[in-house]
Amino acid sequence: MTQFQATPEPHKNPISGEQPEIETTKATLVEAINLALAHSMQHDENVVVLGEDVGTNGGVFRATVDLKSEFGLRRVMDTPLAETLIAGITIGMASQGLKPVCEIQFMGFIYSTVEHIVSHAARMRNRTRGRLTCPMVLRAPYGGGIHAPEHHSESTEAMFAHIPGLQVVVPSSPARAYGLLISAIQSPDPVIFLEPKRIYRSVKQNIVNNGEGLPLETCFTLKQGDDITLISWGAMIQETLEAATKLEEQNIHADVIDVASIKPLDMTTILASVERTGRCVIIHEAAKTCGVGAEISAQIAEKGLLSLLAPIARVAGYDTIMPYYRNEDYYMPSTQQIMEAALKTMAFQ
Amino acid sequence: MKIAADFTIPYYQYLSDEGKPLDSFPEQLCNTDLWVRFYKHMVLVRTFDQKVVALQRTGQMGTYPSSLGQEAIGSAVGFSMASDDVFVPYYRDQATQLLRGVPMEDIMRYWGGDERGSVFTGDAKEDFPTCVPIATQITHAAGIATAFKVRRQRRAVVTTCGDGATSRGDFSESLNLAGTWQLPMVVVVNNNQWAISVRREEQTAAETIAQKAISAGIEGIQVDGNDPIALLHVLNHALEKAHNAKGPTLIEAISYRLCDHTTADDATRYRSAEELSKGWEREPIKRLQNFLYGKKLWDEDQEKQLIASCKEQVQSAVEVYTSIESEPAEAMFDYLYADLPQALEEQRADVIHKASNMRRGA
Repeated sequence: MTQFQATPEPHKNPISGEQPEIETTKATLVEAINLALAHSMQHDENVVVLGEDVGTNGGVFRATVDLKSEFGLRRVMDTPLAETLIAGITIGMASQGLKPVCEIQFMGFIYSTVEHIVSHAARMRNRTRGRLTCPMVLRAPYGGGIHAPEHHSESTEAMFAHIPGLQVVVPSSPARAYGLLISAIQSPDPVIFLEPKRIYRSVKQNIVNNGEGLPLETCFTLKQGDDITLISWGAMIQETLEAATKLEEQNIHADVIDVASIKPLDMTTILASVERTGRCVIIHEAAKTCGVGAEISAQIAEKGLLSLLAPIARVAGYDTIMPYYRNEDYYMPSTQQIMEAALKTMAFQ
Repeated sequence: MKIAADFTIPYYQYLSDEGKPLDSFPEQLCNTDLWVRFYKHMVLVRTFDQKVVALQRTGQMGTYPSSLGQEAIGSAVGFSMASDDVFVPYYRDQATQLLRGVPMEDIMRYWGGDERGSVFTGDAKEDFPTCVPIATQITHAAGIATAFKVRRQRRAVVTTCGDGATSRGDFSESLNLAGTWQLPMVVVVNNNQWAISVRREEQTAAETIAQKAISAGIEGIQVDGNDPIALLHVLNHALEKAHNAKGPTLIEAISYRLCDHTTADDATRYRSAEELSKGWEREPIKRLQNFLYGKKLWDEDQEKQLIASCKEQVQSAVEVYTSIESEPAEAMFDYLYADLPQALEEQRADVIHKASNMRRGA
């Protein structure tokens, strides 16, 4: 994580992660993932990719398309259909100094990897006092809103955020997906990299394919305003930005923070913003109870209570099983809900 | 009806339970020096285990799994591996770890509640630490073997597990991958008949554990796990295959757990004294000792000297172990990540403060 010491302090000098338009490629979020993988593989022969259907098929979402033809089957491995195994061999490879990037096809199938991630990947450096390490990335598409079958829509990032030794990263735009994945691959410690699949192809952005990473330990301030802080990550950034734009029509100016690094949390940026605005709404797709929003809220209460002018609000998924797709829109936090929560927070005296 | 496929599982034994040769030994193993070294090492391991159990009984050690009765398996693994191979143990592998150069005091430190016990050097510098979650180490071994393959290295991985571990998905998934990718890997099952209190027969209806290799398309061998010569023979074969890109092997080594599962267990709750005494009739140290006596390669004086020197060696390790100071409290933060995240700085400072209060008795 020290490789990013040169990064400006985000609360003083906000960086959006969007890059200037020079020598750029237009890419969607999933294409940006592919560019970051290819660039990393070109520049470091220790980087290998493995998972189900990642080879010839290029991944079910095409995140690994063409990597096999470019880098060969020694570095792009179609594994048997066994997620426990994928996580376990990734750890073994990482202990040998490879930088494996494994794909779990959907977050709904991640649970059989949990023993390996929690009991081994997260602990390897600690339990060997630094003798063996685990520089791996586990990528998985997550979240709802794409009318997928059962088990294909959940957001359980908080589960991993609870585990000491892990880093949990969620990009919310093509440029940030590129920069954050580059850094995740270079990280000397394990990263759970969760890709919001609802916005895999929703926008194209200019990407400078120069292998430059973005810091893993900071939030990104996407919009500045002094009236209210809107905090979110992943696909919900879309609705959050939309709400911020609508609030402007009512002359309410929001600070919009993309948390991006779910673990470790950059509370410095969040607290600085809340100190300025005194009001905040946390928005996430995951179930409300014990979601990452609860942790952010608790830390604001611990360290920023006196700057609060209104109670912290959370707009989150319900504490229910994600409905099948006919009813998934009832579950997904909406722009309307964010607006209502923001206006209520603003009105509080 | 035609036979779609047909399989057999070979079984190897060269020494009878009484230590009499049943067959002529493979040429490679007609090595009197190796026999004696093997014997000495097993005696050292037994002395070590006895001492560590005694430390636990007197409150100087945490929960400990002895390898009593299974010393031959770990010794054979250690004597067979090349120094640049990688060993991925489970939790009853003292015999191998000592041969890989892990100091006795480090094994004691691991079980004595000190993470520094897994900072291996020498041959063991890339070896995995002791693995408590059952069978997970086998998938890590498959990953290391994959790394060797990716880098075109002529190295092998040896991993071990107990009979209970063969019921787990990690075991099957790893064997399946090892076969599919022809990984340079040897899996040794220490079939000591008991998974804590559950018998081998209650783990699987399979006639042998070795035949689980067949479903993965790899070679499966059963061996008398208390017979050093047979163990060395099958391990040499499996490692030669692995070093020459000839694929993985599953070895089922049949032994018997003469001790409790760990010091926290009481095996009298679930197995009879009669069964245990039968186990003692087949144990490996007596067997090899009888063989060496028969060959006039060993005598009572040497035996006395060996026991004295083993005790001395173990005792000096105990002195190192008991004299080592604990790590500072903040060590729990210092190896969590390459660099401590800013988010954890406050907690680290807090534990330093807490530790200083504790030292002052506050």
